[in-house]
Amino acid sequence: MKPRGQELGILVILLIVCTFTAIKNPVFLHLENLQNTGQLFGIYGIFGIGLGLVIITGGIDLSVGSVLGLLGVVLSILLVDRQVNPLLSVAIVIGAAALLGWGHGLLIARFRMQPFIVTLSGLLIYRGLARYVAHDETKGFGDAKGFEWLRKATTESWHGVPIPVVILLVVAAIMYIVLHRSVYGRYLFAVGRNEEAARYAGINTRAVIASAYVMCGALAGVATVLLAFYTNSVSPSSHGNFYELYGIAAAVLGGCSLRGGEGSIIGIVLGTALLQVLRNLVNLLRIDSSLEMCVIGVVILIGVLADTLLRKRR
Amino acid sequence: MLSLRGVTKRFAGVAALDDVDLELDPGEVVAVIGENGAGKSTLMKVIGGVYVPDAGSMELDGSPISLRSPSDALALGIRVIYQELTVLDNLDIAGNVFLGREKRRGWLLDEREMRAETAQILARVGLNLDPARPLSALSLAERQLVEIARALSMSVRILILDEPTSSLTLEETQKLLQLVGELKAEGVAILYVSHRLDEVHQVADRVVALRDARNAGNLSRDEINHAAMIKLMVGRDLAPARGAAAESAGEARLKLDQLRTQRYPDEAVDLEIRAGEILGMAGLVGAGRSELARAAFGVDRFQGALLVDGKQVSVHAPRDAINAGVYLIPEDRRGTGLTIEMTVRDNVTLPDVNEFASIGLINRREESEFAKAWTDRIKVKTASIETPVVNLSGGNQQKVVLARWLALKPKVLICDEPTRGVDVGAKAEIYAEMRTLADAGVAIWMISSDMEEVLAVSDRIAVMHEGRLAGTLEKKDATEEGVMRLAVGASS
Repeated sequence: MKPRGQELGILVILLIVCTFTAIKNPVFLHLENLQNTGQLFGIYGIFGIGLGLVIITGGIDLSVGSVLGLLGVVLSILLVDRQVNPLLSVAIVIGAAALLGWGHGLLIARFRMQPFIVTLSGLLIYRGLARYVAHDETKGFGDAKGFEWLRKATTESWHGVPIPVVILLVVAAIMYIVLHRSVYGRYLFAVGRNEEAARYAGINTRAVIASAYVMCGALAGVATVLLAFYTNSVSPSSHGNFYELYGIAAAVLGGCSLRGGEGSIIGIVLGTALLQVLRNLVNLLRIDSSLEMCVIGVVILIGVLADTLLRKRR
Repeated sequence: MLSLRGVTKRFAGVAALDDVDLELDPGEVVAVIGENGAGKSTLMKVIGGVYVPDAGSMELDGSPISLRSPSDALALGIRVIYQELTVLDNLDIAGNVFLGREKRRGWLLDEREMRAETAQILARVGLNLDPARPLSALSLAERQLVEIARALSMSVRILILDEPTSSLTLEETQKLLQLVGELKAEGVAILYVSHRLDEVHQVADRVVALRDARNAGNLSRDEINHAAMIKLMVGRDLAPARGAAAESAGEARLKLDQLRTQRYPDEAVDLEIRAGEILGMAGLVGAGRSELARAAFGVDRFQGALLVDGKQVSVHAPRDAINAGVYLIPEDRRGTGLTIEMTVRDNVTLPDVNEFASIGLINRREESEFAKAWTDRIKVKTASIETPVVNLSGGNQQKVVLARWLALKPKVLICDEPTRGVDVGAKAEIYAEMRTLADAGVAIWMISSDMEEVLAVSDRIAVMHEGRLAGTLEKKDATEEGVMRLAVGASS
């Protein structure tokens, strides 16, 4: 259920990559660089965990990046254009994200549509809506007049640790218990491996599957707020593009199987960290930035191939 | 206690159950028998709450019940052990035993309590394993026992067992039958579905037969015997399977020379299968029989040599074995024997579809005629050759696999559990087909866990024990005890 060996393996790779980068370019260890990478790590990790839950049920969510874009635009409109209470705005964004997730869950669990199709449609629909709602203009938060505290609370540090990392650690701790210690987590694994067998055991599999999409949505909502303030400007056509693919890649590197029924929170968090460090490495080692995706793709392939080969030998 | 009246269930207009009645009392074992497709599995699923019947009524303790889902049935103490295993290999044993009814502390799992209780239940079913063991590390038979342990872990009033022994060894089967007896003594009502008439004979208080989705008749305890049961199932008397030993077995067509499988790399097996004979291979589950067959067919790697008609052939993949005229009917029909979503025609012609193609395009008409001829020849019952194989009964699916290889004129045919899950009528036809092939000079290597079958059908019996060939017996010397002695590793 919990591929311990894999978690250890990816931790070792992470440490090696970190050491290598730090030796090649000591800037890696500068506080500013670490905090910046940490911000991204926190944001990606939060929605990555949501994606991991969905993947464990045997599903997929391709719409996360577009949700980040659409709700980023919405957040800016609420705070800047409409001057809505900041706390309420955040609640609306997270609530709306959860609602979208519920919609996916309903179509997938109740109407038996394929997760890939449902969320691919979501990807297109939300991206289109984001551009429409924003009139295809870049939205932003300017100097955050009236909600300075919210920007502080999402982008600054707590005892030197970036807030997104703090939130990620809290989310990860809670989800660790939920996934690996709770009855509900057990059901996620059961449904992901064999939905029919889980149903025969008296488990309400539809509710379990739908709930995974709701949680994935809600976590994407949290990430939306953090990401919007991290970039401080939201370009409706590109904000969040491809983020879901990074999340899926991190989950798979961390031991989730796209066939469902396998995965761990620690693995997902480590997988996210590895991807972010790799992006940082491309930057710091002055590798042509156009090669960033290429490097990451190769690493994912090698990582998953190594795991498959090791598993065969066991 | 449980009573069904006039239960009817249709799928796409075809009745899977037609006006079926059933009575079940506490402390009673009722065996449900019938050919594949007779409606047994549908009946089990109706009682288990998986299917909602279209008509008819169900009563429990005199009051009407309506089951809309498996959890409804569970709540009433009705527990079904389905033929397809419903255990999950990504959980441990305890997790499976308590799936859906986890012991909790708040909303967290109480692993310690579950493991402790599981250990007790495992002892009861005779499975001596750590409850924390992941299910992926268990054999098929062990998984079946976990499934049974799961049923015992809950308060069960009605226990339904659908072919519970199909993957169990003789010893495990006896243990299970003993358990059934214990549960019965505790007042549990048991429905026992099985093709194995010996077992039915041993445990059943009453037999209910289904045929073509309807009640075909009942037998009381003292009426239960093989002939009566078969007559109810097939609606006619059946001649006993012909077992005329081939007068003179010919030359060795397939020879395994010092063959070592990956599972048992330290055991070298020497074996000959001769032209015109049916070599039966017996042994307990895990004795390495299927591994040997898979090696000879090029699925698994092996060390040693394979000789076909005296000539060494190098077999690295199934294609090599096929080219040498060695074909395998695998144990797992649905998983590896067939591509079950594809049509009968496509399945028959799959290994040799090139025969009907020019420049890579398939001549559909020629292909269809060919498939039709072969499926007709061995009487596959199917609406048409365009029907997906998944819609056929187990016996007819097996005939499709047979037709595929017959069409390719085998030299050696390896049949791994050729009649598992196949009804009596189709069984007899498959035996007859094997004999016809043998008479035509084909060497047949039949692996079977069904002792009756091995003794009745084989000309010679090879017995495996933990990867080594424990001995071979000529038909005239073979007795059930003799085979068992070799199978358990006792020196003969």
